[in-house]
Amino acid sequence: MAKPALKEHRIERQWCKGCGICVHFCPKKVLEMDEEDKAFAARLEDCICCRMCELRCPDLAVEVICETSGNNETPDKDQGGGNA
Amino acid sequence: MALKDYIRQRFFPHIWCPGCGHGIILNGLLRAVDTMGLDKKNIVMVSGIGCSARISGYVDFHSLHTLHGRALAFATGVKLSKPELNVIVPMGDGDALAIGGNHFIHAARRNIEMTAIVMNNRVYGMTGGQFSPLSGYGTMATTVPYGNIDHDFDVVDLATSAGATFVARTSTYHVHELAELITKAINHKGFSVLEVLTQCPTYFGRRNRIGDASEMMEVYKKNTVRIGSKKKQENPDLLERGIFVQKELPEYCREYDNIISKARQK
Amino acid sequence: MHDAIKFIQGNEVCVEAALYAGINFFAGYPITPSTEIAEQMAVRLPETGGKFIQMEDEISSMCAIIGASLTGHKTMTATSGPGFSLMQEALGYAIMAEIPCVIVNVMRGGPSTGLPTHVGQGDVCQARYGTHGDHAIVTLTASNHHDIFRMTIEAFNIAETYRTPVILLLDEVTGHLREKIEIPEPGKIPLTKRLRTAVKSGVDYHPYLPREDGRLPMSDFGDIHRYNVTGLYHDMWGFPTDKPQIVYGLIRHLVDKIENNTPKITRFRKYYTKDAETLFISYGASARSTLHLVENRRRRGENVGLLELQSLWPFPADIVREACQHVPLVIVVEMNMGQITKEVKLAVDDPKKVFLANRIDGVLITPTDIRNTLRVIQGKGV
Ligand SMILES: Cc1ncc(C[n+]2csc(CCOP(=O)(O)OP(=O)(O)O)c2C)c(N)n1
Ligand code: SF4
Ligand code: SF4
Ligand code: SF4
Ligand SMILES: [Mg+2]
Repeated sequence: MAKPALKEHRIERQWCKGCGICVHFCPKKVLEMDEEDKAFAARLEDCICCRMCELRCPDLAVEVICETSGNNETPDKDQGGGNA
Repeated sequence: MALKDYIRQRFFPHIWCPGCGHGIILNGLLRAVDTMGLDKKNIVMVSGIGCSARISGYVDFHSLHTLHGRALAFATGVKLSKPELNVIVPMGDGDALAIGGNHFIHAARRNIEMTAIVMNNRVYGMTGGQFSPLSGYGTMATTVPYGNIDHDFDVVDLATSAGATFVARTSTYHVHELAELITKAINHKGFSVLEVLTQCPTYFGRRNRIGDASEMMEVYKKNTVRIGSKKKQENPDLLERGIFVQKELPEYCREYDNIISKARQK
Repeated sequence: MHDAIKFIQGNEVCVEAALYAGINFFAGYPITPSTEIAEQMAVRLPETGGKFIQMEDEISSMCAIIGASLTGHKTMTATSGPGFSLMQEALGYAIMAEIPCVIVNVMRGGPSTGLPTHVGQGDVCQARYGTHGDHAIVTLTASNHHDIFRMTIEAFNIAETYRTPVILLLDEVTGHLREKIEIPEPGKIPLTKRLRTAVKSGVDYHPYLPREDGRLPMSDFGDIHRYNVTGLYHDMWGFPTDKPQIVYGLIRHLVDKIENNTPKITRFRKYYTKDAETLFISYGASARSTLHLVENRRRRGENVGLLELQSLWPFPADIVREACQHVPLVIVVEMNMGQITKEVKLAVDDPKKVFLANRIDGVLITPTDIRNTLRVIQGKGV
């Protein structure tokens, strides 16, 4: 499977409540909080398109758009997927 | 479809606190519905009262926001009268198992096809942080200022013994698993229960000094394991996640169709 | 086809009438003296393709019929005092969310578990005020099989017309009494169909925006329009709001749609009222005994009459005032401590002429009981 490349990383500022979940769990430390306590992508070049920020945002504020869609590769194995 | 096509965008940002796990459950649920390709017109979401129950206002399905604890009872009327509808019933822990406990066990016993999602934050969020039947012994809440002496239910055990034919558990940390289990629960032909451990940073997190939303989610990561994992044998205090029950038994609405045939043959 | 003649219990008449009205969903929980309604529904509903479900309690029964009404069905539950108490919260929900449904309360002696197998009429005010908050409610009643049939159908018709729950108050005596009933052939009694929206797919539908005539066309769950239903104050789409002007508009609408239509909702019967010098006002089983007495007295040349109420709420104050206008003595006959008597006193010009004849011991009030009260009032001694 081709490695997905990031096309766009959107954060809806009106919806973001600054909880910091996306920042805390980003495996590549791409995200940071700005002075208004909203998340923003500080190091986009490091993004691996894992979409964990999008999936874990409680406010549906994040959208990660990748070149190859439907990526489910997760750096953290304990994410789930499949059940014994 | 894009996720935003499944929500009523004009009500966003939603009312939940920053970091509230209920939003992550909404997020997972919408993804599940999207992957399943369900028609919005065939989905009814029925909820009770609580922070959790507000979820029904945000989804672009038929939505029924009912009374505290009674969501499954309303849902039973919806489903039995129109079995072709997909009925999804998200509930708070107090909603589902305190005031609504009786409806919960009876819906499970009947094996009527619907999906009960217990959004378990171990606290009464909406009313400001009182203990719930899932808070657990020794926890702190506004109505147990000296520590909780009430013991909690195990939702999975309770649902299993009540007769639910699909029983599963996950958390807001395990988001892939969340969407996948919601999908399986909705696809299940019978009464399905999914318990989702979800953080209420505002009340449970603060009172019990667990930290912010991220830290509460770290606890789910640390304190839970996949069913059958060896770690559980080493540390019995770990809480298992995954599918505990998945079996086929006659479903209530289909059974009732047989009743109609019998009555008509008379 | 001819009208079928049956010899059945009042509770069974209620079932036959509900079927005639097109019921297709019933949820209930057994309780004396209403149980025969559930039992008979369990037999009859599936024969017509309808659904019967015995729920875990009366709370869930009431909730289930609301859910089933939203998918486009005519729904009903039946209970008695203790169960009716449990239904009050969800009854308020049906009022707020404007869900048509019918609730039958076959009254027994209360309060509490009271007198399970004996008659009472003590739930009249509960029907009116039982659920919290300001609201209006429709409550019908009946004293005989013919009327139980008509009033059950009326209950369904009114529920659909005004998008509201309707309460049918029967009692242990009328519910368990066996007498003859002619079941009219289909089509003889007009039925009100649910008013559904004509708004097309893709066009904004407002489930809670009344038309000019005050009615609100519905859309079934599962149909093209997806909207929200809530017990919170809500806007025309059904979404929660606490904006004062919307709150005010909704509570006014909920009350006005019933109260302003009191003349249309009111049902009553008059017996010998034209020249009556003593007017009895009664309803349900009490009205049977009262009618018996009135006919007896008439044969002896006494100018007595009966106004039998078949709708109790909204209270038909105008009808009562008019009927009492030229009558020096008004006696309300009921099996409670004066729940309708209070309303009559409020309605008439001179409340001092209104008296109560009652029994509150679980025994059906007899014509003799009523006559004795009359004699005491007249100072004649018993
Ligand atoms: C009959 C009734 N009793 C009490 C309440 C008050 N009440 C509203 S929400 C709630 C508890 C909410 O807790 P939970 O169900 O766990 O949901 P959460 O807010 O935590 O998501 C209570 C007690 C009510 N609305 N209705
Ligand atoms: S998770 Fe969502 S709401 Fe929280 S900080 Fe990130 S973008 Fe904002
Ligand atoms: S997609 Fe993954 S790597 Fe990229 S910002 Fe989100 S969490 Fe970080
Ligand atoms: S009080 Fe708790 S449950 Fe309610 S919205 Fe806030 S964080 Fe969520
Ligand atoms: Mg809770």
